[in-house]
Formats: sequence, structure tokens, C-alpha cells
Amino acid sequence: MTRQTLEIWVGVFVAAGIAALFMLAMKVSNLSTVNTGDTYEVTAQFDNIGGLSIRSPVKASGVLVGRVSDIKYDKDYNVAVVTLSIQKRFDRFPSDSRASIYTAGLLGEQYIELVPGIEETYLEEGSDIIMADSALILENLVGRVISEIISK
Amino acid sequence: MLSYLNKIADNFGPLGKKGIVSFERLGRSALFLLRVFQSIPFVFLRPWLFIQQLYSVGVLTIIIIFVAGTFVGMVLGLQGYNILVRFNSESSLGTMVGLTLVRELGPVVTALLFAGRAGSALTAELGLMKTTDQFSALEMMAVDPFKRVIAPRFLAGFFSMPLLAAIFSAVGIYGGYYVGVYLLGVDDGAYWAQMQKSVDFHEDFMNGVWKSIVFGFVATWIALFEGYDSVPTSEGIGRATTQSVVNASLAVLALNFILTALMLETS
Repeated sequence: MTRQTLEIWVGVFVAAGIAALFMLAMKVSNLSTVNTGDTYEVTAQFDNIGGLSIRSPVKASGVLVGRVSDIKYDKDYNVAVVTLSIQKRFDRFPSDSRASIYTAGLLGEQYIELVPGIEETYLEEGSDIIMADSALILENLVGRVISEIISK
Repeated sequence: MLSYLNKIADNFGPLGKKGIVSFERLGRSALFLLRVFQSIPFVFLRPWLFIQQLYSVGVLTIIIIFVAGTFVGMVLGLQGYNILVRFNSESSLGTMVGLTLVRELGPVVTALLFAGRAGSALTAELGLMKTTDQFSALEMMAVDPFKRVIAPRFLAGFFSMPLLAAIFSAVGIYGGYYVGVYLLGVDDGAYWAQMQKSVDFHEDFMNGVWKSIVFGFVATWIALFEGYDSVPTSEGIGRATTQSVVNASLAVLALNFILTALMLETS
């Protein structure tokens, strides 16, 4: 085998390897959907966040507009403080928007749905969402239904 | 009384010797690695040696990786579909195939195949070189065998393992795609969308790449050391080749557990 053919084969190998890495990164992993743009952060207090976790999606009308960037427990008020990183290009959420924790499907992952309000001022860096609905805990619902059945 | 003690000592002697020998080899392998590291800068002076090794270690391993990847992916597609269809969730087939390949099977199976295909060849090659006194001949000519022979092979193995693992995963995902989407009728868009939704770039993809880098390092190290340290007889080469594949496979499997535990810890 001549030196040139050997070099060609090695070149093909390296190119195939890099192409595979690239394919895995772009087509298989979520790199292409990770928002790289600027974000602004708003906070919301929930009594119960259920299974919400950092990097959970934040959606408006079902469209991904940001992600949960931090979850803390406020020991003075005994609530969970969730920080939402919303992409800068979605900067027209009225300041009285409502944040609710929903579940995708019956057993799917939990996400925050933003429902726009009617105020003419908008959410911006550091603002606080006042209206926040806790997660619906399936066990609680089932428990309530059962206790109702029993009390009848 | 003394004869009894002697008898006991005679039985325990070989056991102790075995222990000492294995520690000795462990120490030698560490020193071996150190010398390889010292010689690596010299490879950049003669890149042709590296390219030659990249051919025999990387290019020649592609075929087995390609075939194995396709079939592993196809089996994952088939098995995954049969399980998921019971829960009416065959649309998450992409998630299953993608995550299994990128996180576990890609790096691990590639490393096992790599140890069998490339590692054994490296061991046998070095073993024969040692048996025929080629290392001594090189040293006689004031050529350091570490710089000339071992370091290029080490770099080639280290470099080609991540690429091979990536090829394995990519091919496997298409294998699963073929079975799932073409043969069994999973929705085309759902396959890719579900996969993209659940395979995280940092936590899944990069962890897989890190694993393959570590496996490449360890498998090449073991293969080269077993060859370099082999008993210079034809029997010795045979034993060294077997040992190389066995040890590299075991090391990869054990390391895989440790790495997975570490990575799950941090995420």
C-alpha cells in the first residue's frame, strides 16, 4: 500500500469519526435546541413544586420560551422560590402573568406554563410573578376523591 | 513439627510469589506509562509514524465497529419496540435507542471490540518484536523504541477510540431507525424528536465521549504493556495476547461502573 492511499484512508476515518460526533451532537442530543441567546430571570413562589427540577421547560401557549434555572426554599415564608430564565426575545409577558406547574401527559415531566395577564407593564429582569399555581399532585387528588367517596 | 511448618510454607510460598509478581507488574506498568508519556512529544516530530498506526489501529477497526453498531442498533430497535408497544409508547423508541447507545453501549461495546481487534494486534506485534530482539536492535542503533514504536501506537489508540465510539453510536442509531421506522412503523418525526428531547448534550453526549476517551487510554495502555512485558517465547506471546484482551475488557467494564457512578453523582 502506498503512502498516499494509507493517508487517504486515515483521512476518511478521521472525517467519518468527526462526522459521527457532529451528528450525535446536533441530531441526537439537544444541543441544537438549547437556547444560547440572552435570557432574563424572573422568580415565582410556589407552595409545592412537585417534580419540577432545574432545566425543566418554561412554556407559553405550549411553546418553549425558557427554562427553570434555580430552585430554592425560602425558610422565612416556607415556600419554594423558582427562578425562570426566559429568552430575551420573549419580553412581552404582562407583569400580572400567571405561572402554573403542569405535567406533560399524565405521568410525563413537569413544566411551567406562563399564562399572560392584561397589565401593560411587562416582566423584566428580577421581577416577581405573584400569581403562581402549585403543582397538581396526583396522590393528593386521588386521596381527595377517595375521601369524598367514603364520606358519601 | 518443623517439617510440618515447612510443608505449610511450601504451599503458601507460590501464593505469595504470585502476589509479589502481580504488584511488580503493576509497578512496571505504571513506569511504562510514565516512559510513554515522556516519549509522546517526539511523535510530533515524526507524524508519519502516527498516521501509519492510526491506519492499523483505527481504519482497520472501522468495519467491525460498523457492522456491530448496525446490528446492536437494530436489536435495540426491535427489543425496545416490543416492550414499548405494550404501553402504547413506541414513539419513545428514539429516546431508548439514543440514550442506551450514547451513554452506555457505544463506549463500552466499542472498547470491548477495540480490545479484541486492535488491542490484541498491538500486543502480538510488540510481543513478537520483543521475542525477535527488535527492541534491543533499535537500542543498539541508538533509537529509543518508546519514541519510535510505542508512543505512536499509544497516541493512535488514544485518538481513535472516541472516533470509533462515535461511529458506533451514530451507526447504531440509524440501525434502530431502520428497524423502528421502516420495518415496524414508528413515526419518523417522533423518533428523532423524542431522542433530541431526552438526550442532553452535556449530561449524556459528553459523558459518553469522556468514557470513550478513558477506555481508549486504558485499553491501549494494557495492550501495549502486555506486549512489551511479555515472556519472549512463542507461548509467551500467545499468553500475553490473551491477557491483553481479558484484562482490557475487565478494566473497561469495571471502569464503566465507576465512571457512570461518578457522572450520575455530579449531574
